[in-house]
Amino acid sequence: MTSGALGKDLVGLEHLSREQITAILDTAEPFKEVSERQIKKVPALRGKTIVNLFFEASTRTRISFEFAEKRLSADTVNVAASGSSVSKGETLVDTARNLEAMRIDMVVIRHASSGAAKFLGDRIRSNVINAGDGMHEHPTQGLLDLLTLRDRFGKIEGLKVCIVGDVLHSRVARSNIWGLTRLGAEVAVCGPATLLPREVEALGVRVFRRVEEAIEWADALNVLRLQLERMTSGFIPSLREYNRVFGVTSEKLARAPKDLLILHPGPMNRGVEIDSDVADGQHSVILPQVTNGVAVRMAVLYLLAGGSPEWGAGGGEAA
Amino acid sequence: MSVVGEGEEDYLPSPMPTSSRLLDAPAMGRVLARMASELVERTADASSVALVGIQRRGVELAERLAPLIEAQLGRPLLRGTLDITLYRDDLQAIGQRPVVHETRLPQALDGATVVIVDDVLYTGRTVRAALDEIADFGRPRRVLLAVLVDRGGRELPIAADVVGITVTTMPTDHVGVSVSERDGTDAVDLVRGGAA
Repeated sequence: MTSGALGKDLVGLEHLSREQITAILDTAEPFKEVSERQIKKVPALRGKTIVNLFFEASTRTRISFEFAEKRLSADTVNVAASGSSVSKGETLVDTARNLEAMRIDMVVIRHASSGAAKFLGDRIRSNVINAGDGMHEHPTQGLLDLLTLRDRFGKIEGLKVCIVGDVLHSRVARSNIWGLTRLGAEVAVCGPATLLPREVEALGVRVFRRVEEAIEWADALNVLRLQLERMTSGFIPSLREYNRVFGVTSEKLARAPKDLLILHPGPMNRGVEIDSDVADGQHSVILPQVTNGVAVRMAVLYLLAGGSPEWGAGGGEAA
Repeated sequence: MSVVGEGEEDYLPSPMPTSSRLLDAPAMGRVLARMASELVERTADASSVALVGIQRRGVELAERLAPLIEAQLGRPLLRGTLDITLYRDDLQAIGQRPVVHETRLPQALDGATVVIVDDVLYTGRTVRAALDEIADFGRPRRVLLAVLVDRGGRELPIAADVVGITVTTMPTDHVGVSVSERDGTDAVDLVRGGAA
Protein backbone atom coordinates (compact mmCIF):
# COMPACT_ATOMS: atom_id res chain seq x y z
CA MET A 1 0.00 0.00 0.00
CA THR A 2 1.24 3.48 -0.78
CA SER A 3 0.58 6.27 1.67
CA GLY A 4 -1.83 7.80 -0.84
CA ALA A 5 -4.31 4.91 -0.51
CA LEU A 6 -7.67 5.94 0.87
CA GLY A 7 -9.15 2.92 2.63
CA LYS A 8 -12.81 1.92 2.44
CA ASP A 9 -14.70 5.14 3.07
CA LEU A 10 -14.36 8.88 2.67
CA VAL A 11 -15.94 10.33 5.80
CA GLY A 12 -13.98 13.54 6.11
CA LEU A 13 -10.69 15.27 5.53
CA GLU A 14 -9.83 15.45 9.24
CA HIS A 15 -8.13 12.06 9.30
CA LEU A 16 -6.57 12.16 5.84
CA SER A 17 -2.86 12.74 5.41
CA ARG A 18 -1.29 15.33 3.17
CA GLU A 19 -0.31 12.48 0.80
CA GLN A 20 -3.86 11.13 0.63
CA ILE A 21 -5.37 14.54 -0.10
CA THR A 22 -2.70 15.26 -2.71
CA ALA A 23 -3.34 11.87 -4.33
CA ILE A 24 -7.04 12.72 -4.72
CA LEU A 25 -6.27 16.16 -6.20
CA ASP A 26 -3.67 14.70 -8.60
CA THR A 27 -6.13 12.01 -9.68
CA ALA A 28 -8.80 14.67 -10.29
CA GLU A 29 -6.57 16.40 -12.88
CA PRO A 30 -6.93 13.82 -15.68
CA PHE A 31 -10.64 13.43 -14.87
CA LYS A 32 -11.24 17.08 -15.79
CA GLU A 33 -10.50 16.15 -19.39
CA VAL A 34 -13.11 13.37 -19.45
CA SER A 35 -15.88 15.95 -18.95
CA GLU A 36 -14.55 17.95 -21.91
CA ARG A 37 -14.90 15.02 -24.34
CA GLN A 38 -17.76 14.68 -26.77
CA ILE A 39 -18.45 11.25 -25.32
CA LYS A 40 -18.15 12.05 -21.62
CA LYS A 41 -17.70 8.53 -20.41
CA VAL A 42 -14.89 6.15 -19.48
CA PRO A 43 -15.43 2.50 -18.50
CA ALA A 44 -13.49 2.62 -15.21
CA LEU A 45 -16.43 1.74 -12.90
CA ARG A 46 -18.34 -0.48 -15.32
CA GLY A 47 -20.43 -2.98 -13.36
CA LYS A 48 -20.29 -1.02 -10.08
CA THR A 49 -23.61 -0.13 -8.51
CA ILE A 50 -23.80 3.08 -6.51
CA VAL A 51 -26.69 4.30 -4.35
CA ASN A 52 -27.04 8.01 -3.71
CA LEU A 53 -28.79 8.14 -0.36
CA PHE A 54 -29.90 11.70 0.24
CA PHE A 55 -31.73 12.36 3.49
CA GLU A 56 -31.39 16.13 3.00
CA ALA A 57 -32.20 18.42 0.13
CA SER A 58 -29.39 18.82 -2.37
CA THR A 59 -29.22 19.84 -5.99
CA ARG A 60 -25.61 20.59 -6.81
CA THR A 61 -23.92 17.85 -4.80
CA ARG A 62 -26.37 15.12 -5.79
CA ILE A 63 -26.22 15.99 -9.48
CA SER A 64 -22.45 16.36 -9.33
CA PHE A 65 -22.07 12.91 -7.80
CA GLU A 66 -24.50 11.45 -10.31
CA PHE A 67 -22.57 12.95 -13.24
CA ALA A 68 -19.31 11.68 -11.76
CA GLU A 69 -20.74 8.18 -11.36
CA LYS A 70 -22.26 8.11 -14.84
CA ARG A 71 -19.11 9.45 -16.50
CA LEU A 72 -17.27 6.52 -14.90
CA SER A 73 -19.91 4.11 -16.28
CA ALA A 74 -21.27 3.07 -12.87
CA ASP A 75 -24.95 2.16 -12.45
CA THR A 76 -26.66 4.55 -10.08
CA VAL A 77 -29.82 4.66 -8.03
CA ASN A 78 -31.05 7.76 -6.24
CA VAL A 79 -32.90 7.38 -2.96
CA ALA A 80 -34.45 10.44 -1.36
CA ALA A 81 -35.73 10.30 2.19
CA SER A 82 -39.20 11.48 1.29
CA GLY A 83 -41.03 8.86 -0.70
CA SER A 84 -38.83 6.02 0.59
CA SER A 85 -39.25 3.62 3.49
CA VAL A 86 -37.29 6.12 5.60
CA SER A 87 -40.49 8.08 5.90
CA LYS A 88 -42.08 4.91 7.30
CA GLY A 89 -39.58 4.90 10.15
CA GLU A 90 -36.89 2.55 8.86
CA THR A 91 -33.50 3.14 10.45
CA LEU A 92 -30.48 4.25 8.47
CA VAL A 93 -28.67 0.94 8.93
CA ASP A 94 -31.72 -1.11 7.96
CA THR A 95 -32.14 0.96 4.82
CA ALA A 96 -28.49 0.48 3.90
CA ARG A 97 -28.48 -3.24 4.72
CA ASN A 98 -31.50 -3.76 2.52
CA LEU A 99 -29.73 -1.94 -0.29
CA GLU A 100 -26.64 -4.08 0.30
CA ALA A 101 -28.78 -7.21 0.05
CA MET A 102 -29.38 -6.09 -3.54
CA ARG A 103 -25.59 -6.23 -4.08
CA ILE A 104 -24.54 -2.63 -4.29
CA ASP A 105 -20.91 -1.50 -4.17
CA MET A 106 -20.94 2.07 -2.90
CA VAL A 107 -23.18 4.45 -0.97
CA VAL A 108 -23.03 8.23 -1.23
CA ILE A 109 -24.83 9.60 1.79
CA ARG A 110 -26.08 13.01 2.82
CA HIS A 111 -27.65 13.18 6.25
CA ALA A 112 -28.70 15.84 8.75
CA SER A 113 -26.89 14.09 11.61
CA SER A 114 -23.19 14.69 12.18
CA GLY A 115 -21.41 11.34 12.12
CA ALA A 116 -24.02 9.57 9.98
CA ALA A 117 -21.50 8.66 7.26
CA LYS A 118 -19.00 7.11 9.67
CA PHE A 119 -21.81 5.31 11.51
CA LEU A 120 -22.93 3.77 8.24
CA GLY A 121 -19.43 3.03 6.97
CA ASP A 122 -18.65 1.08 10.13
CA ARG A 123 -21.68 -1.12 9.64
CA ILE A 124 -21.81 -2.03 5.96
CA ARG A 125 -19.29 -3.58 3.59
CA SER A 126 -19.90 -1.13 0.74
CA ASN A 127 -17.71 1.93 0.32
CA VAL A 128 -19.32 4.96 1.92
CA ILE A 129 -18.75 8.52 0.72
CA ASN A 130 -19.89 11.40 2.88
CA ALA A 131 -21.81 13.97 0.83
CA GLY A 132 -22.39 16.13 3.90
CA ASP A 133 -23.32 15.01 7.43
CA GLY A 134 -24.96 17.61 9.67
CA MET A 135 -22.46 20.18 10.83
CA HIS A 136 -19.52 17.74 10.62
CA GLU A 137 -17.88 17.52 7.19
CA HIS A 138 -18.49 17.78 3.46
CA PRO A 139 -15.20 16.32 2.24
CA THR A 140 -15.77 16.44 -1.52
CA GLN A 141 -16.68 20.14 -1.24
CA GLY A 142 -13.46 20.72 0.69
CA LEU A 143 -11.53 18.83 -1.99
CA LEU A 144 -13.05 20.77 -4.88
CA ASP A 145 -12.23 24.02 -3.08
CA LEU A 146 -8.63 22.82 -2.70
CA LEU A 147 -8.47 21.84 -6.36
CA THR A 148 -9.84 25.23 -7.45
CA LEU A 149 -7.33 27.07 -5.27
CA ARG A 150 -4.49 24.89 -6.57
CA ASP A 151 -5.60 25.56 -10.16
CA ARG A 152 -5.38 29.32 -9.64
CA PHE A 153 -2.38 29.65 -7.32
CA GLY A 154 -0.33 26.61 -8.37
CA LYS A 155 -0.05 25.35 -4.81
CA ILE A 156 -1.87 25.42 -1.49
CA GLU A 157 1.14 25.74 0.80
CA GLY A 158 1.55 29.23 2.20
CA LEU A 159 -1.78 30.44 0.80
CA LYS A 160 -3.92 32.65 3.05
CA VAL A 161 -7.56 31.64 2.90
CA CYS A 162 -10.33 33.21 4.96
CA ILE A 163 -13.66 31.49 5.43
CA VAL A 164 -16.32 34.16 5.82
CA GLY A 165 -19.75 33.81 7.35
CA ASP A 166 -21.72 31.12 9.09
CA VAL A 167 -18.82 28.90 10.20
CA LEU A 168 -20.80 27.47 13.11
CA HIS A 169 -23.33 25.55 11.01
CA SER A 170 -20.95 24.82 8.17
CA ARG A 171 -19.62 21.38 7.35
CA VAL A 172 -17.96 23.03 4.35
CA ALA A 173 -15.96 25.22 6.74
CA ARG A 174 -14.77 22.21 8.73
CA SER A 175 -13.66 20.24 5.68
CA ASN A 176 -11.93 23.35 4.34
CA ILE A 177 -10.10 23.99 7.60
CA TRP A 178 -8.83 20.40 7.82
CA GLY A 179 -7.85 20.18 4.17
CA LEU A 180 -6.22 23.60 3.91
CA THR A 181 -4.20 23.28 7.12
CA ARG A 182 -3.11 19.76 6.18
CA LEU A 183 -1.72 21.10 2.91
CA GLY A 184 0.07 23.96 4.63
CA ALA A 185 -2.25 26.93 4.00
CA GLU A 186 -2.90 29.61 6.57
CA VAL A 187 -6.59 29.65 7.44
CA ALA A 188 -8.72 32.33 9.04
CA VAL A 189 -12.42 32.60 9.79
CA CYS A 190 -14.51 35.72 9.90
CA GLY A 191 -18.11 36.18 10.99
CA PRO A 192 -20.40 37.33 13.73
CA ALA A 193 -19.39 35.90 17.11
CA THR A 194 -22.71 34.06 17.26
CA LEU A 195 -21.83 32.17 14.04
CA LEU A 196 -18.28 31.15 14.96
CA PRO A 197 -17.75 27.91 16.89
CA ARG A 198 -16.38 28.26 20.39
CA GLU A 199 -12.63 27.76 20.59
CA VAL A 200 -12.29 27.81 16.82
CA GLU A 201 -8.67 28.93 17.31
CA ALA A 202 -7.98 25.44 18.68
CA LEU A 203 -8.32 24.18 15.08
CA GLY A 204 -5.28 26.29 14.21
CA VAL A 205 -7.11 29.14 12.53
CA ARG A 206 -6.94 32.88 12.99
CA VAL A 207 -10.13 34.83 13.75
CA PHE A 208 -11.08 38.17 12.20
CA ARG A 209 -13.96 40.09 13.73
CA ARG A 210 -14.18 42.50 10.80
CA VAL A 211 -14.42 41.38 7.19
CA GLU A 212 -12.30 44.39 6.14
CA GLU A 213 -9.36 42.94 8.10
CA ALA A 214 -9.90 39.55 6.47
CA ILE A 215 -9.91 41.14 3.02
CA GLU A 216 -6.66 42.94 3.78
CA TRP A 217 -4.98 39.70 4.94
CA ALA A 218 -6.24 37.01 2.57
CA ASP A 219 -5.33 35.68 -0.89
CA ALA A 220 -8.75 34.06 -1.24
CA LEU A 221 -12.13 34.29 0.45
CA ASN A 222 -14.40 31.30 0.78
CA VAL A 223 -17.78 32.92 1.36
CA LEU A 224 -20.26 30.66 3.12
CA ARG A 225 -23.99 30.60 2.72
CA LEU A 226 -26.01 31.91 5.62
CA GLN A 227 -27.80 28.67 6.53
CA LEU A 228 -31.13 30.22 7.34
CA GLU A 229 -32.79 26.79 7.57
CA ARG A 230 -30.46 25.70 10.39
CA MET A 231 -30.91 28.85 12.45
CA THR A 232 -33.42 28.30 15.19
CA SER A 233 -33.01 31.57 17.03
CA GLY A 234 -31.57 35.04 16.62
CA PHE A 235 -27.99 34.52 15.44
CA ILE A 236 -28.04 37.77 13.50
CA PRO A 237 -30.18 40.92 13.86
CA SER A 238 -31.26 41.07 10.20
CA LEU A 239 -30.12 40.00 6.74
CA ARG A 240 -29.65 43.63 5.77
CA GLU A 241 -27.38 44.31 8.70
CA TYR A 242 -25.48 41.08 8.01
CA ASN A 243 -24.89 42.21 4.44
CA ARG A 244 -23.74 45.64 5.59
CA VAL A 245 -21.24 44.26 8.16
CA PHE A 246 -20.14 40.85 6.85
CA GLY A 247 -21.35 40.77 3.24
CA VAL A 248 -18.60 40.55 0.63
CA THR A 249 -19.20 43.57 -1.57
CA SER A 250 -17.20 45.21 -4.34
CA GLU A 251 -16.90 48.35 -2.15
CA LYS A 252 -15.09 46.37 0.55
CA LEU A 253 -12.98 44.46 -1.98
CA ALA A 254 -11.94 47.71 -3.69
CA ARG A 255 -9.90 48.58 -0.61
CA ALA A 256 -7.93 45.30 -0.68
CA PRO A 257 -4.19 45.58 -1.42
CA LYS A 258 -4.48 42.82 -4.05
CA ASP A 259 -7.12 40.99 -6.04
CA LEU A 260 -8.78 38.27 -4.00
CA LEU A 261 -10.05 35.01 -5.40
CA ILE A 262 -13.69 34.52 -4.44
CA LEU A 263 -15.12 31.07 -3.70
CA HIS A 264 -18.63 30.13 -2.62
CA PRO A 265 -19.94 26.59 -2.14
CA GLY A 266 -23.46 27.56 -3.21
CA PRO A 267 -26.33 27.97 -3.20
CA MET A 268 -25.83 31.71 -2.89
CA ASN A 269 -27.99 34.19 -1.06
CA ARG A 270 -27.24 37.06 -3.42
CA GLY A 271 -27.28 40.38 -1.61
CA VAL A 272 -26.79 38.71 1.78
CA GLU A 273 -23.37 37.08 2.21
CA ILE A 274 -22.19 38.03 -1.28
CA ASP A 275 -23.17 40.75 -3.72
CA SER A 276 -24.02 39.89 -7.30
CA ASP A 277 -21.23 41.96 -8.83
CA VAL A 278 -18.71 40.00 -6.72
CA ALA A 279 -20.28 36.62 -7.41
CA ASP A 280 -20.29 37.32 -11.15
CA GLY A 281 -17.04 39.29 -11.14
CA GLN A 282 -13.76 38.40 -12.81
CA HIS A 283 -12.18 37.07 -9.61
CA SER A 284 -15.05 34.73 -8.82
CA VAL A 285 -14.34 31.01 -9.32
CA ILE A 286 -17.77 29.88 -8.21
CA LEU A 287 -18.58 28.14 -11.50
CA PRO A 288 -15.09 26.60 -11.91
CA GLN A 289 -15.69 25.18 -8.41
CA VAL A 290 -18.77 23.39 -9.73
CA THR A 291 -16.84 22.05 -12.74
CA ASN A 292 -14.05 20.84 -10.47
CA GLY A 293 -16.61 19.19 -8.22
CA VAL A 294 -17.37 16.56 -10.85
CA ALA A 295 -13.65 15.83 -11.41
CA VAL A 296 -12.92 15.53 -7.69
CA ARG A 297 -15.87 13.21 -7.14
CA MET A 298 -14.78 11.06 -10.09
CA ALA A 299 -11.34 10.83 -8.48
CA VAL A 300 -12.77 9.80 -5.10
CA LEU A 301 -15.08 7.20 -6.66
CA TYR A 302 -12.23 5.82 -8.78
CA LEU A 303 -9.81 5.61 -5.85
CA LEU A 304 -12.29 4.09 -3.38
CA ALA A 305 -13.60 1.53 -5.87
CA GLY A 306 -10.15 -0.03 -5.85
CA GLY A 307 -10.94 -1.63 -2.53
CA SER A 308 -8.98 -1.47 0.68
CA PRO A 309 -6.70 -3.85 2.55
CA GLU A 310 -9.29 -4.71 5.18
CA TRP A 311 -12.30 -5.05 2.93
CA GLY A 312 -11.00 -5.73 -0.59
CA ALA A 313 -11.63 -9.00 -2.38
CA GLY A 314 -8.12 -10.40 -2.29
CA GLY A 315 -6.43 -7.90 -0.05
CA GLY A 316 -3.13 -8.51 -1.87
CA GLU A 317 -0.75 -6.04 -3.39
CA ALA A 318 -1.54 -5.09 -6.94
CA ALA A 319 0.98 -5.55 -9.71
CA MET B 1 27.17 -8.98 -17.20
CA SER B 2 26.75 -12.62 -16.29
CA VAL B 3 25.21 -14.67 -19.03
CA VAL B 4 24.68 -17.91 -17.20
CA GLY B 5 22.99 -20.65 -19.16
CA GLU B 6 22.85 -18.85 -22.49
CA GLY B 7 21.83 -21.21 -25.29
CA GLU B 8 20.01 -24.39 -24.44
CA GLU B 9 19.29 -23.31 -20.86
CA ASP B 10 18.03 -19.94 -22.06
CA TYR B 11 14.52 -20.41 -20.79
CA LEU B 12 15.26 -21.88 -17.38
CA PRO B 13 14.37 -19.41 -14.67
CA SER B 14 17.64 -18.18 -13.25
CA PRO B 15 17.95 -17.35 -9.57
CA MET B 16 19.45 -13.94 -10.30
CA PRO B 17 18.02 -11.66 -13.00
CA THR B 18 20.50 -11.16 -15.83
CA SER B 19 20.36 -8.05 -17.93
CA SER B 20 21.43 -7.56 -21.52
CA ARG B 21 21.30 -4.36 -23.53
CA LEU B 22 19.32 -4.71 -26.74
CA LEU B 23 19.76 -1.11 -27.89
CA ASP B 24 22.09 1.64 -26.76
CA ALA B 25 21.47 5.33 -27.51
CA PRO B 26 22.95 5.48 -31.05
CA ALA B 27 21.23 2.21 -32.00
CA MET B 28 17.92 3.49 -30.68
CA GLY B 29 18.34 6.65 -32.78
CA ARG B 30 18.88 4.56 -35.91
CA VAL B 31 15.88 2.36 -35.15
CA LEU B 32 13.65 5.40 -34.61
CA ALA B 33 14.87 6.92 -37.90
CA ARG B 34 13.92 3.74 -39.75
CA MET B 35 10.53 3.59 -38.00
CA ALA B 36 9.90 7.19 -39.05
CA SER B 37 10.70 6.35 -42.69
CA GLU B 38 8.35 3.39 -42.61
CA LEU B 39 5.62 5.52 -41.08
CA VAL B 40 6.09 8.11 -43.84
CA GLU B 41 5.60 5.37 -46.43
CA ARG B 42 2.47 4.15 -44.66
CA THR B 43 0.92 7.60 -44.22
CA ALA B 44 2.10 9.58 -47.27
CA ASP B 45 -1.32 9.36 -48.93
CA ALA B 46 -3.29 10.33 -45.83
CA SER B 47 -4.80 13.79 -45.70
CA SER B 48 -4.44 14.07 -41.93
CA VAL B 49 -2.08 12.11 -39.67
CA ALA B 50 -2.26 12.07 -35.87
CA LEU B 51 0.63 10.68 -33.84
CA VAL B 52 -0.63 9.49 -30.45
CA GLY B 53 1.82 8.38 -27.75
CA ILE B 54 0.66 6.04 -25.01
CA GLN B 55 1.57 7.09 -21.45
CA ARG B 56 4.24 6.96 -20.31
CA ARG B 57 7.18 6.25 -22.63
CA GLY B 58 5.15 6.09 -25.80
CA VAL B 59 4.72 9.83 -25.32
CA GLU B 60 8.45 10.54 -25.54
CA LEU B 61 8.90 8.12 -28.45
CA ALA B 62 6.11 9.89 -30.36
CA GLU B 63 7.84 13.20 -29.66
CA ARG B 64 11.04 11.79 -31.17
CA LEU B 65 9.28 10.34 -34.20
CA ALA B 66 7.18 13.41 -34.98
CA PRO B 67 9.94 15.76 -36.26
CA LEU B 68 11.55 12.91 -38.23
CA ILE B 69 8.24 12.17 -39.96
CA GLU B 70 7.35 15.84 -40.46
CA ALA B 71 10.71 16.52 -42.13
CA GLN B 72 10.08 13.80 -44.73
CA LEU B 73 6.35 14.40 -45.08
CA GLY B 74 6.79 18.16 -45.40
CA ARG B 75 3.80 19.04 -43.24
CA PRO B 76 2.93 19.09 -39.54
CA LEU B 77 1.31 16.12 -37.82
CA LEU B 78 -1.52 16.23 -35.32
CA ARG B 79 -0.24 15.17 -31.91
CA GLY B 80 -1.76 13.55 -28.87
CA THR B 81 -1.15 11.61 -25.69
CA LEU B 82 -3.29 8.79 -24.40
CA ASP B 83 -3.59 7.27 -20.94
CA ILE B 84 -5.44 3.97 -21.16
CA THR B 85 -5.74 3.32 -17.40
CA LEU B 86 -9.49 3.94 -17.25
CA TYR B 87 -10.00 1.51 -20.14
CA ARG B 88 -7.95 -1.35 -18.66
CA ASP B 89 -9.72 -4.71 -18.59
CA ASP B 90 -8.26 -5.61 -15.19
CA LEU B 91 -9.35 -2.54 -13.19
CA GLN B 92 -11.87 -4.59 -11.21
CA ALA B 93 -9.29 -7.26 -10.39
CA ILE B 94 -6.40 -5.16 -9.15
CA GLY B 95 -6.56 -3.64 -5.70
CA GLN B 96 -4.61 -0.40 -5.56
CA ARG B 97 -5.71 2.07 -8.20
CA PRO B 98 -3.08 2.90 -10.80
CA VAL B 99 -2.14 6.55 -11.27
CA VAL B 100 -3.95 8.18 -14.18
CA HIS B 101 -1.95 10.47 -16.44
CA GLU B 102 -3.02 13.06 -18.97
CA THR B 103 -5.03 12.22 -22.07
CA ARG B 104 -5.01 14.90 -24.76
CA LEU B 105 -6.18 14.01 -28.23
CA PRO B 106 -6.61 16.29 -31.25
CA GLN B 107 -10.17 17.44 -31.88
CA ALA B 108 -10.24 16.26 -35.49
CA LEU B 109 -9.80 12.50 -35.24
CA ASP B 110 -12.68 11.80 -37.63
CA GLY B 111 -11.22 10.70 -40.95
CA ALA B 112 -7.61 11.02 -39.77
CA THR B 113 -4.94 8.34 -39.90
CA VAL B 114 -4.02 7.72 -36.27
CA VAL B 115 -0.63 6.23 -35.42
CA ILE B 116 -0.51 4.77 -31.91
CA VAL B 117 3.04 4.83 -30.55
CA ASP B 118 4.09 2.68 -27.61
CA ASP B 119 7.38 1.46 -26.21
CA VAL B 120 6.73 -2.30 -25.83
CA LEU B 121 4.09 -4.50 -27.44
CA TYR B 122 3.43 -7.57 -25.27
CA THR B 123 -0.03 -8.97 -24.45
CA GLY B 124 -1.81 -6.46 -26.69
CA ARG B 125 -4.18 -5.45 -23.89
CA THR B 126 -2.88 -1.88 -23.78
CA VAL B 127 -3.52 -1.51 -27.51
CA ARG B 128 -7.02 -2.98 -27.13
CA ALA B 129 -7.73 -0.35 -24.45
CA ALA B 130 -6.22 2.40 -26.63
CA LEU B 131 -8.43 1.43 -29.57
CA ASP B 132 -11.52 1.58 -27.35
CA GLU B 133 -10.52 4.96 -25.97
CA ILE B 134 -9.80 6.40 -29.43
CA ALA B 135 -13.22 5.23 -30.60
CA ASP B 136 -14.75 7.42 -27.87
CA PHE B 137 -13.06 10.45 -29.42
CA GLY B 138 -14.01 9.93 -33.04
CA ARG B 139 -13.83 7.66 -36.07
CA PRO B 140 -10.37 7.65 -37.64
CA ARG B 141 -10.11 6.47 -41.22
CA ARG B 142 -7.32 4.13 -40.22
CA VAL B 143 -5.35 3.27 -37.07
CA LEU B 144 -1.73 2.09 -37.24
CA LEU B 145 0.43 0.77 -34.44
CA ALA B 146 4.13 1.58 -34.11
CA VAL B 147 6.18 0.04 -31.29
CA LEU B 148 9.86 0.24 -30.43
CA VAL B 149 10.00 -3.35 -29.13
CA ASP B 150 7.78 -6.31 -29.99
CA ARG B 151 8.44 -8.93 -27.31
CA GLY B 152 5.79 -11.46 -28.42
CA GLY B 153 3.43 -13.04 -25.91
CA ARG B 154 0.19 -11.73 -27.41
CA GLU B 155 -3.07 -12.54 -25.59
CA LEU B 156 -5.26 -10.78 -28.15
CA PRO B 157 -5.30 -10.80 -31.98
CA ILE B 158 -3.28 -7.60 -32.32
CA ALA B 159 -0.22 -6.89 -34.46
CA ALA B 160 2.03 -3.87 -34.94
CA ASP B 161 2.39 -2.18 -38.35
CA VAL B 162 5.83 -0.72 -37.69
CA VAL B 163 8.28 -2.44 -35.31
CA GLY B 164 11.66 -1.21 -34.09
CA ILE B 165 13.10 -4.51 -32.89
CA THR B 166 11.65 -7.93 -32.21
CA VAL B 167 12.81 -10.03 -29.28
CA THR B 168 11.64 -13.42 -28.00
CA THR B 169 10.87 -13.36 -24.30
CA MET B 170 9.44 -15.42 -21.47
CA PRO B 171 6.70 -14.13 -19.15
CA THR B 172 9.31 -13.93 -16.40
CA ASP B 173 11.43 -11.51 -18.44
CA HIS B 174 11.22 -7.76 -18.31
CA VAL B 175 11.87 -5.42 -21.22
CA GLY B 176 12.93 -2.02 -19.96
CA VAL B 177 12.80 0.99 -22.27
CA SER B 178 14.61 4.09 -21.06
CA VAL B 179 14.27 7.50 -22.69
CA SER B 180 16.61 10.34 -21.86
CA GLU B 181 13.78 12.83 -21.19
CA ARG B 182 12.48 10.67 -18.36
CA ASP B 183 15.27 8.27 -17.43
CA GLY B 184 18.43 10.20 -18.31
CA THR B 185 19.52 7.76 -21.01
CA ASP B 186 18.27 6.08 -24.18
CA ALA B 187 18.36 2.30 -23.93
CA VAL B 188 16.42 -0.93 -24.29
CA ASP B 189 17.34 -3.67 -21.83
CA LEU B 190 16.16 -7.25 -21.55
CA VAL B 191 16.20 -8.53 -17.98
CA ARG B 192 15.86 -12.31 -17.84
CA GLY B 193 13.87 -13.27 -14.75
CA GLY B 194 13.33 -9.58 -14.04
CA ALA B 195 9.54 -9.58 -13.94
CA ALA B 196 8.12 -9.20 -10.44
